[in-house]
Amino acid sequence: MSVPSSTAADPLAEIQLVDRKPAAGGINGTFLWIEIKRLLRNRRTLIFTIAIPALFFAIFGLSNKNQMLPGGTHSYGEYILISLTVYAAMTSATASGSQVAVERAQGWSRQLRLTPLRPGAYIVVKAAAALAMSLIAVVAQFVIGSLFGVHLDAGTLVVAGLAAWLGSLVFAALGLMVGYLMPSQNVMQLLGPVLAIMAMLGGLFMPVEIMGDTFVGIAKWTPAYGIGQIARSPLTGNWDWLWVLNAVVWLAVFVTGAALAFRKDTQRV
Amino acid sequence: MSQLLAVDAQGLHKSFGTVHAVRGLDLQVKPGEVVAFLGPNGAGKTTTIDMILGLSEPTKGSVKVYGGTPRQAIARGQVAAVMQTGGLLRDITVKETVQLTAAMFDSARPVAEVLERAGIADLADRRVEKCSGGQQQRLRFAMALVSDPGLMILDEPTTGMDVTGRREFWHAIRQDAQRGRTVVFATHYLDEADAYADRIVLVRQGRVVADGTAAEIKNLAAGRTIRAALSHEDPRLVRLPQVDSVEYDGARVTIRSQDSDAVLRFLLAETDAHDVEVSANNLEDAFVALTSDDAEPAVVGQHHTGSEAQA
Repeated sequence: MSVPSSTAADPLAEIQLVDRKPAAGGINGTFLWIEIKRLLRNRRTLIFTIAIPALFFAIFGLSNKNQMLPGGTHSYGEYILISLTVYAAMTSATASGSQVAVERAQGWSRQLRLTPLRPGAYIVVKAAAALAMSLIAVVAQFVIGSLFGVHLDAGTLVVAGLAAWLGSLVFAALGLMVGYLMPSQNVMQLLGPVLAIMAMLGGLFMPVEIMGDTFVGIAKWTPAYGIGQIARSPLTGNWDWLWVLNAVVWLAVFVTGAALAFRKDTQRV
Repeated sequence: MSQLLAVDAQGLHKSFGTVHAVRGLDLQVKPGEVVAFLGPNGAGKTTTIDMILGLSEPTKGSVKVYGGTPRQAIARGQVAAVMQTGGLLRDITVKETVQLTAAMFDSARPVAEVLERAGIADLADRRVEKCSGGQQQRLRFAMALVSDPGLMILDEPTTGMDVTGRREFWHAIRQDAQRGRTVVFATHYLDEADAYADRIVLVRQGRVVADGTAAEIKNLAAGRTIRAALSHEDPRLVRLPQVDSVEYDGARVTIRSQDSDAVLRFLLAETDAHDVEVSANNLEDAFVALTSDDAEPAVVGQHHTGSEAQA
């Protein structure tokens, strides 16, 4: 470095004290792309979030995939595929969000506080990167499903895919919230089982109705329920705006929790 | 604008429970100055830097950076810092780290130029986790350079660097100082403070104990020590204006003074002093004298937390 080779933009000019606030608070393509690359490099998480739901599908979905649902137009295989796609997207998004725990442990969140990056912009980029990953998870499940011979018609594909994908935002926020609250090593160890319970209550492993009215009464209030119902609505033909409300309220709860945890984190150091 | 201080810290106090890390510290830094913040481990350097950067709030007192709060200065992108540890993502490359940092600012220096200046252009595609301590320190420097900040705060910046690395690092710092960059660096290396700072602020137990150019600090420090045999303690010695301190050890007296000639004249003319020795303090003696725990016996109860990680 004793001989600087690059002399772009007059390196000898006086240093100016101009405002260097980034556009859009720091939301930009470079930031987002590096975040996505980081998530893609986390091979283990990537493979698990795709392989585990696929494995579940092979175990639980294949044996009766051609059995028809009441109404006779859609198969039980489609029902399971969509449910497990929702599960894949929610696991992927949670894992992405919870990576913030690793950043905290490495002192990166502290480093970011020495830049003009806005906290809100940071959350938006994190959420967008999580959505990129959950999109991969959704597409992967549909591809695996079709390889197993379960085909969705275009309308079903779009509605179920969008519900699973956009619904994963709720879980990206959950991951962020817990990532701020917990030490890095423990985050996914805690969240894995929590997600499994949420998925069960959300009817993603089996229809909640099988487990009785009490269970359904509880399940309706849990975060994966609404998203699962919306995703499967092309198959069931049912629709209830309460499902959308469920997802929106849980999104609000987790985003608020993440924001509070973020603020607490800022104050502590 | 010309009178706007880069850093203006007044009466800073910071306590952590019962530990009083910073105790009434004042620091004014003018734009374009290169100031060494020198002191032993546990003197409160890192704690003070955290307050200047707005990472922690003073228990008492105030810090202004370019006339506003530290957070405002950071929000405008006018400050950058090189911390001692942490602050790096392990799973991205050196180049990506600098790109990412640049993306947080409205305009930035070219990434290639910054990597070159920090001496890590050849490491651009290496993962951060595979970099040595010295390489990571250079990367932190590159991250600070990329936003071309008005004020750069460096906490033990050359930790882990080899001799060549240090020299190159300081060369780059001095280059930018000529462009008007204000630099405040904490160090416990005397030679770095001496060689590269316009001004040295010596801290001990959370207070400034000396503040001046390297030459002035050396003068403070470079007094002489007179040792002599004396038949009895002489109360007049300590009252001499030229005398800094007097210690008796049996029949011998040790006198520290900025003006040893005057003290010698007095000793030989007015007392029965004999076997007189005079020795010059070096800079390190002075540093130790000004910053050691027993230098100011009135201040007790310093807690050495060891929170300033060692190199």
